[in-house]
Amino acid sequence: MNLHIPQLTAGPITSRRNVLKGFGGLLLATYVPMQGFAQEAGAQKPAALTPNAFVRIGRDDTVTILSKHIEFGQGPWTGLATLVAEELDADWSQIRVEHAPGDAKLYANLAMGAQLTGGSTAIANSYEQMRRTGAAARAMLVAAAADAWKVPAGEIRVSKGVISHASGKSSGFGAFAEAAARMPIPQDVKLKDPSTFTLIGTDLPKPDSFAKSHGQAQFTIDLRDPDMVVALVARPDKFGARATSFDDSAARAVKGYLRSAIVPQGVVVFAKATYPAMKARAALKIEWDESKAHALGTQAIVADYRELAKKPGKVAEARGTPLDKISAGGARVVEHEFVFPYLAHAPMETLDAVVKFDGKTAACHFGSQGPTIDQAAIATTLGIAPENVSIDVALAGGSFGRRATAGGDFAAEAAACAKAFGENVPVKLLWTREDDLRGGFYRPLYVHRMRGTVEQDGSISAWHHTIVGQSIMGGTPFEKMMVKDGIDTTSVEGASDMPYRVSDFQCDLHSPTLGVPVLWWRSVGHTHTGFAVEAFLDMLLEKAGKDPIEGRLALLDPKAREVGVLQAVAKLAQWRGRKAGDRGYGVAVHKSFDTYVAQIAEVMRGDDGAPKVTHVWCAVDCGVAVNPNIIRAQMEGGIGFGLGHALFASLDLDDSGKVVQTNFDTYRALRIGDMPKVHVVILPSGEKPTGVGEPGVPPIGPAVANAWRALTGEAVAQLPFVRGGTA
Amino acid sequence: MQISINGRPRELDVDVDTPLLWALRDDLGLTGTKFGCGIAQCGACTVLIDGNPVRSCVTPVSALEGRDVVTIEAVSGPEAEAVQKAWVGLDVPQCGYCQSGQIMSAIGLLKIEPKPDDQAINDAMAGNICRCATYPKIRAAIHAAAKTLEG
Ligand code: FES
Ligand code: FES
Repeated sequence: MNLHIPQLTAGPITSRRNVLKGFGGLLLATYVPMQGFAQEAGAQKPAALTPNAFVRIGRDDTVTILSKHIEFGQGPWTGLATLVAEELDADWSQIRVEHAPGDAKLYANLAMGAQLTGGSTAIANSYEQMRRTGAAARAMLVAAAADAWKVPAGEIRVSKGVISHASGKSSGFGAFAEAAARMPIPQDVKLKDPSTFTLIGTDLPKPDSFAKSHGQAQFTIDLRDPDMVVALVARPDKFGARATSFDDSAARAVKGYLRSAIVPQGVVVFAKATYPAMKARAALKIEWDESKAHALGTQAIVADYRELAKKPGKVAEARGTPLDKISAGGARVVEHEFVFPYLAHAPMETLDAVVKFDGKTAACHFGSQGPTIDQAAIATTLGIAPENVSIDVALAGGSFGRRATAGGDFAAEAAACAKAFGENVPVKLLWTREDDLRGGFYRPLYVHRMRGTVEQDGSISAWHHTIVGQSIMGGTPFEKMMVKDGIDTTSVEGASDMPYRVSDFQCDLHSPTLGVPVLWWRSVGHTHTGFAVEAFLDMLLEKAGKDPIEGRLALLDPKAREVGVLQAVAKLAQWRGRKAGDRGYGVAVHKSFDTYVAQIAEVMRGDDGAPKVTHVWCAVDCGVAVNPNIIRAQMEGGIGFGLGHALFASLDLDDSGKVVQTNFDTYRALRIGDMPKVHVVILPSGEKPTGVGEPGVPPIGPAVANAWRALTGEAVAQLPFVRGGTA
Repeated sequence: MQISINGRPRELDVDVDTPLLWALRDDLGLTGTKFGCGIAQCGACTVLIDGNPVRSCVTPVSALEGRDVVTIEAVSGPEAEAVQKAWVGLDVPQCGYCQSGQIMSAIGLLKIEPKPDDQAINDAMAGNICRCATYPKIRAAIHAAAKTLEG
């Protein structure tokens, strides 16, 4: 029953070789120059022509797409394959998808200059690149067929995986794959006019659904090998503490226990299988040095932040004299404060990785979200060159941002464990759910203080927004790119650039530093800025006696794409105002990652007195809709993710700095009975496609807050709505 | 000790307090059953024991003498076929990690309640968390499977 992991047995560039060997047909390397903000961002500029290997066509007619983006639920496998298949004129049934291995030269995200999935960029950065790949492969197949049939290439047709000529000759791709591989790679291919697309824009079935519905999909946790050792790390109670010594005499009684060692993250326990590792870990006695540990609780942090929020911070954006207008009197001043808790990502599959280190090279297999970062982190930890680290990317059970950190922290931990074991065998590091929730790298805690003025005529004349919270990018390798003049753009995105036309405006920021590790979390800054802006605006509009939809439209530039989604969602929900009987209705609109989403929530008071969300209507404008089925699913998923956290989730630290919620019994997740009925409309668009993995998240929280206020008159000040315990 | 897994007696060389989940995954190589929490909160580890959905992460192998364990790898019968077909047809999975457990719970539900309404689905599936929130599609797939079973 043991499944060997062949990739773990060989040297540094195995992955690349595995890609190239063992098939008899065409492996296409196209030449795509780097573009976009990679250069602006100061990323290392690669050679002008960089080979990319994205597709291979087998003698058996199968077309395998190598996805440079990791599949953990948002659908890049389907999306990228659709783009290739469209221009290749392949039949969808012949398409297969695999992960590309870690290799930034071949598989960089063109929006980032490194191999990294994130920022809802998978489709946006691949749209032309993957289509060119498909078009080039098609041209080479056509050239090979023209050669063999002795007819002009221009007379050859390709449709649904069949190459044909008016003379009656026809063939599948496989027969010409080898000949095509010898053809010159076209440097300039013509892409289809979008009006002629046959696959893009349709609900193509996902290639990964079958395996995932039959227990056959292989995740990192499923990798096995007869020599494999399982590693669990005993971690400190407090961030920043370090292990100084341990006593494993009790652990030695556990059958299957091997040994333990101190690593930077704590004490690693090695065993022959998972359960013995858990038992042995529980039996360890460890001395910790807590002298440099974080020791501040949530309550104290919130109190400090509130104090800070009373004074303006570093100005991110300002026009007019909003502060003067607010203190001048005359107009009605509305003031409100929002407190957003730390949040964990808690992907369903906890963090895990397999690393095999022979002293010179490391062969790694895991759901690496940023292989370029992880390769560097592993190399540094092991004291070897990044070229000597190979990464095979595995399917991952969700991420929501958690599987990428700026410093590759988890990859470094996995490498440290393999090094500590010191034998040339695969070491599988596994986190339990407790490790995951206690492990830091949270969405930061934020306090937002909002003030605004409403004039007698109902116009909103001044807006002052102060944000307090840790910087995600500060102190990381991304600081140079993302922190400008002391402002981390991810702390203010969605707030400093909010779309409403208010003449006197200021958004400013305090970025205190704390010992709690923080990280981007599905939709990053928009998780809190979108909430604050949309919930506060709704309060101002109410004060002004305006309808939430009409009021928003009047404040928007008529050409803004927010207008389209607002009108579409109002129509879809048959908007008739803020309240009807025992139901409240709230709207919110927010742009993130260049995708525009508006949502309307219908909320009633549940049996427990808390908000019960019954329906959500959602309009999305993401440019060309590559796969509407996936877009709808991402809106549903984003709504469920955003709603579950807004309603139930908080990751708190007690007064000594210890994490309170350590599993799903206390870190409450949305369950099926909490999920509203979701209705999605996708706006038709000819704009370039933009992402959908994150933009569904930001509007749901404020839409629910606005509906709840409409129903009850209560304005939420502290999230989540409901505190404590499992459903 | 010996237990019956997927219709076959299997020999296990583990401590008797070992949860079934880890015996399945580490000792028998049946990795379709997943680990998500270890404390019966998420349902990722759901298997059928004597036809009923059970959380294998809190079920020690010592409790399985004379019982019949079925995992996602071998689950069969009209309910299983209908559920898995609906799951694929509606493209329910996103990351997919919770789906073995979701499917086992859905099969267990349809075995006792061939035509569940929304409330019955909420009750039967309440123990299965999906962090990707595929719940609308899970609900639709269970209704679709019930329809298939109706014939
Ligand atoms: S792993 Fe068993 S219920 Fe979560
Ligand atoms: S599909 Fe990802 S957790 Fe359910």
